[in-house]
Amino acid sequence: MATEILMPALSPTMEEGTLAKWLKKEGDAVSAGDIIAEIETDKATMEFEAVDEGVLGKILIAEGTEGVKVNTPIAVLVEEGEDVDAAVAEAEAGSDAASGSKAPAPAESAAKAPAKPASAPAAPRSNASPDWAEGTEMKEMTVREALREAMAEEMRRDENVFLMGEEVAEYEGAYKISQGLLDEFGAKRVIDTPITEHGFTGVAVGAAFGGLRPIVEFMTFNFAMQAIDQIINSAAKTLYMSGGQMGAPMVFRGPNGAAARVGAQHSHDFSAWYAMIPGLKVAIPYSASDAKGLLKTAIRDPNPVIFLENEILYGRSFEVPKLDDFTVPFGKARIWREGKDVTIVSFGIGMQYALEAADRLTEDGIEAEVIDLRTLRPIDYDTVLASVMKTNRCVTVEEGFPVGAIGNHLGATIMQRAFDYLDAPVINCTGKDVPMPYAANLEKLALVTTDDVVAAVHQVTYR
Amino acid sequence: MAARKTPAKSNTSKEDLLHFYRQMLLIRRFEEKAGQLYGMGLIGGFCHLYIGQEAVVVGLEAAAEEGDKRVTSYRDHGHMLACGMDPKGVMAELTGRRDGYSKGKGGSMHMFSKEKHFYGGHGIVGAQVPIGAGLALSDKYKGTDRVTFTYFGDGAANQGQVAETYNMAQLWELPVVFVIENNQYAMGTSVKRATRSPDFWERGAAYGIKGEAVDGMDVLAVKEAGEKAVAHCRAGKGPYILEVMTYRYRGHSMSDPAKYRTREEVQKMREERDAIEHVRELLLQGKHATDDELKAIDKEIKSIVNEAAEFSKESPEPDPAELWTDIYAEEAPQEA
Ligand SMILES: Cc1ncc(C[n+]2csc(CCOP(=O)(O)OP(=O)(O)O)c2C)c(N)n1
Ligand SMILES: [Mg+2]
Repeated sequence: MATEILMPALSPTMEEGTLAKWLKKEGDAVSAGDIIAEIETDKATMEFEAVDEGVLGKILIAEGTEGVKVNTPIAVLVEEGEDVDAAVAEAEAGSDAASGSKAPAPAESAAKAPAKPASAPAAPRSNASPDWAEGTEMKEMTVREALREAMAEEMRRDENVFLMGEEVAEYEGAYKISQGLLDEFGAKRVIDTPITEHGFTGVAVGAAFGGLRPIVEFMTFNFAMQAIDQIINSAAKTLYMSGGQMGAPMVFRGPNGAAARVGAQHSHDFSAWYAMIPGLKVAIPYSASDAKGLLKTAIRDPNPVIFLENEILYGRSFEVPKLDDFTVPFGKARIWREGKDVTIVSFGIGMQYALEAADRLTEDGIEAEVIDLRTLRPIDYDTVLASVMKTNRCVTVEEGFPVGAIGNHLGATIMQRAFDYLDAPVINCTGKDVPMPYAANLEKLALVTTDDVVAAVHQVTYR
Repeated sequence: MAARKTPAKSNTSKEDLLHFYRQMLLIRRFEEKAGQLYGMGLIGGFCHLYIGQEAVVVGLEAAAEEGDKRVTSYRDHGHMLACGMDPKGVMAELTGRRDGYSKGKGGSMHMFSKEKHFYGGHGIVGAQVPIGAGLALSDKYKGTDRVTFTYFGDGAANQGQVAETYNMAQLWELPVVFVIENNQYAMGTSVKRATRSPDFWERGAAYGIKGEAVDGMDVLAVKEAGEKAVAHCRAGKGPYILEVMTYRYRGHSMSDPAKYRTREEVQKMREERDAIEHVRELLLQGKHATDDELKAIDKEIKSIVNEAAEFSKESPEPDPAELWTDIYAEEAPQEA
């Protein structure tokens, strides 16, 4: 049986090449692994090995030919003793019919990317159910305490949950989030690491692959940039790359964004960065109850979760329900106040400006509806859209940079799904497009402010 | 610790001793003042003082020549003063004013001086280490015989990029002195809680880099080791590692509960090993200076520092328009 030798693809992007040289001539015996030709691509000259053994029956493409398309027959290999002409004719006759089977043709259905499975109905359906039943006993608690309680409760519930990071154990956390955890859970489960973010993040990802539930504390998210490769390439993508066999159920948490005058390298808000990555979930609580409920959900989630805290919010107190096992689901925004004139959407520390602005706007007779997204992946589009369809105006508020901001994405989504309802363009209030300055006056100017939000609302309400 | 000690027969001149005394005292008084201004709310954010470690940078600067470069971490005030940057400009940066080295935009952790070949001031632990090797690459590339001093802490020494840098620096024979300022703690983590291989200078051996440990409370020993390291680099033999054993008297930054070490430990270092006291004794014992002469120097340094503090309070805040400047360079940056 004769076989055709086809022009090989020697790189992922090669479509054609030059048959530079034949190293065997017609009639030569060839064994598998023999170099039979040299092929030139735009990147390199490569040696081309025979895969089968036999006799080089006929050369179809002469050496020096340029622009030979990948998969073009370039020679025919016949069996020892076979009649060359007959075998070549047979092979050439079969080649048209067979060529389709050499490289599998894409399945019809796969040629076009299928639409994302529709998870949301055309009309937004907002789930405004409360996070806890009316009449639940409440207690006052700081965001810091709420985070600590969430970790302690989950560590009690699941012995595979453990915490690692710089200064989390003996020092009890650079921001005291892990206070008392070493005492209760011991050094096996509350692990101090050296200052080696890329390394220990990779170790944690491996531990998650191995069935543990790591919580990685970054002293601040600025330092997670050292580990960004392990977070994105290892943690976020492995479930997909393994066809669903294994993933990284883990939490990356720590303070995110500006604190107070800690300068350009320590003040970065990464919300939009992480929200961009499929495979990650991203939670960013504002209140203590959300800090607690979302962190518990994050720890139980079978996916890598980025949990963005805020140093300035750590010390703030809020009411938290006194429940044995209080969780807050991902993808469910919270409406902090209802209003009919404008929708203000925010998350994390941005909520502070959103709520302050809403208060001030009542003096001007403007009733703002304020929505806290709480998670950026998944995002509760429906609550936002339902609100915008009611108020016809939207202002978004976040601390991060203006280019590629969460607000940009919300604006685009609103435009697509509620265009006819809009009475004004959506305005994004963001941090300024500059690295964070150190000087007190400049830092204030760089941050998003309540004044910015109030001004934007006046602009979209035309009053 | 088998660290290099003061050479038994020190032939250090009176001028050198006085210079060391002055420089170390300047750093200490400056840092004490910075601590005060922080307490008064004039300095914000993170502020990492160098008190206790003065001999490291003063000793190494004594081994440096004009045109040599230096780069360090956020604990950078001492390095800037030692390489000749103006205390006024440094203090004004600490207070975030327009006369600061970065026009008030960098702060305590991020200052730079092209003129003095001081390349920062870096806030990310370990990030300055490959940068230091890159600075050395630029010198080798241009064919100068300048050397780069790359300072980093014992905590930073465990960062992955340090290992990567060692490999490249030796591979390419870069003229860089890696100075590990081993002050025994990275925030609240002692060296032995961060590694089972606590002799950081020995790690160079894995890459073929020579090095040694030095007593960093002894400015003469540091200078001597520095000279040896610099000679190695200038001779084109590649990088050199100095692990300088030192100690920080103050907290890691201004907010440090300091529960990871005892008061007695700190007290003992201050009383028995203080680098400034050491030089003071050499000056007095060698009859190079009288008590009164040293007191006069103290006074002079105090007034320099007070002037810097006054200057830093009076310098105005940056113009609001500065918010939008320096984000992109208008022209190609000038050659270093
Ligand atoms: C990548 C990174 N991780 C964590 C931090 C927070 N941090 C700042 S200084 C420091 C300790 C560094 O110790 P060391 O290297 O020994 O230097 P020293 O402060 O003792 O001079 C830590 C953990 C940081 N700035 N950068
Ligand atoms: Mg240290």
